[in-house]
Amino acid sequence: MTLAVRVIPCLDVDGGRVVKGINFENLRDAGDPVELAKVYDREGADELTFLDISASSDARGTTMEIVSKVAEEVFIPLTVGGGVRAVADVDRLLRAGADKVGVNTAAITRPELIAEIADRFGSQVLVLSVDARRAAGTASGFEVTTHGGRQSAGIDAVEWAIRAAELGAGEILLNSMDADGTRDGFDLEMLRAVRAEVSIPVIASGGAGAAEHFAPAVDAGADAVLAASVFHFGTLRIGEVKSALAGAGHPVR
Amino acid sequence: MAQPSVVVLDYGSGNLRSAVRAVERAGASVELTSDMDAALAADGLLVPGVGAYEACMKGLREIRGERIIGRRLSGGRPVLGICVGMQILFARGVEHGVETEGCDEWPGVVERLQAPIVPHMGWNTLDVPEGTELFAGVEDERFYFVHSYGVRTWELVTNDRTKAPLVTWAEHGGDRFVAAVENGALSATQFHPEKSGDAGAALLRNWVQSLKSA
Repeated sequence: MTLAVRVIPCLDVDGGRVVKGINFENLRDAGDPVELAKVYDREGADELTFLDISASSDARGTTMEIVSKVAEEVFIPLTVGGGVRAVADVDRLLRAGADKVGVNTAAITRPELIAEIADRFGSQVLVLSVDARRAAGTASGFEVTTHGGRQSAGIDAVEWAIRAAELGAGEILLNSMDADGTRDGFDLEMLRAVRAEVSIPVIASGGAGAAEHFAPAVDAGADAVLAASVFHFGTLRIGEVKSALAGAGHPVR
Repeated sequence: MAQPSVVVLDYGSGNLRSAVRAVERAGASVELTSDMDAALAADGLLVPGVGAYEACMKGLREIRGERIIGRRLSGGRPVLGICVGMQILFARGVEHGVETEGCDEWPGVVERLQAPIVPHMGWNTLDVPEGTELFAGVEDERFYFVHSYGVRTWELVTNDRTKAPLVTWAEHGGDRFVAAVENGALSATQFHPEKSGDAGAALLRNWVQSLKSA
């Protein structure tokens, strides 16, 4: 009995539509989130992640409706991130039908938010999203970024992961801003660096371009693997990724 | 034949929408409520639960949930606990050094899992015992777990007069814990059937169908 490696498609949502940018620039429209969620469920996705990149509160309201629709039609875990700044935001998302929430920038600004959410809803609802990149001069060699990787947050990425786990984060979504959009594979060094220091699950994100990129991420310590554009532009199917993982000796569902 | 009625017990926040929809899909008419009369009258009662043990017990007591569960069981009327909704059926829970009394329907302590990576999060296989009704047809499937605490030991006492509960176990990182219990009218799962895709749907259908004959 061993946990299956989770394969997680990520849908970037703006105003109710799915978009995905290369390195978070030049957004492209790639469809209806509810339909995509159903397709991913049928294809064997183990979880779904929505990242709400809406700028306006109107658009965020639309996302909430989408979350409700997906939760009513798809019976696998759903994580929603983007714009979560307070316990009340978490409450709204959970009530709309999310199982977990992703927190990113707001926790960098105010780390206590992690503890507040964990105390109220339990660690298991909280996915700390870390956008990190290589940076000379930091202790681990990796730093946390904000604004889609364009600005340094001035924090060491591994130290941040450790602190977040102590504060009560249930899981870390580790997104490599260097690898994101390159399709050259995950940043394995960064995964190993974080894995070595935290005992909560780590999701590898950023850089997936081929089926054979996923097993090395698991070997480097990832409990789950996440990708966006390769899935919804059809470069890769969920089943292909799972076959490649199984072929490398990793259990899949 | 009329659909069995199920009440999903509403005693706090969290994602209850999925539970309601999953049980509807399994063939029941579902009401989400904290109303005692409705919870006593339904053919089946589903007790969800996410978050901290202490907070869940507090929420449950506020709506007299212990009493609802106890009264249903004394009449042999089905109850299904899910996740922390299972954990609170045991004698007590210990989280962050805080010990909280549970509903004490079963002996045992809910305590932190002893595994290298916690929470236990994801799809795991189970060790399902012979004679299961809840898992009929899905004994070998994976189900979705997300929890940091569990019941790690359970001394089953059997004698001539009582039938021992059927206990399903799961394992994570070398630690073994209760994944499901079937004990007459009272059933429970540590995993989330409402989030376990087709396997979870089959399990919920098994439970809903058992309500018709109950």
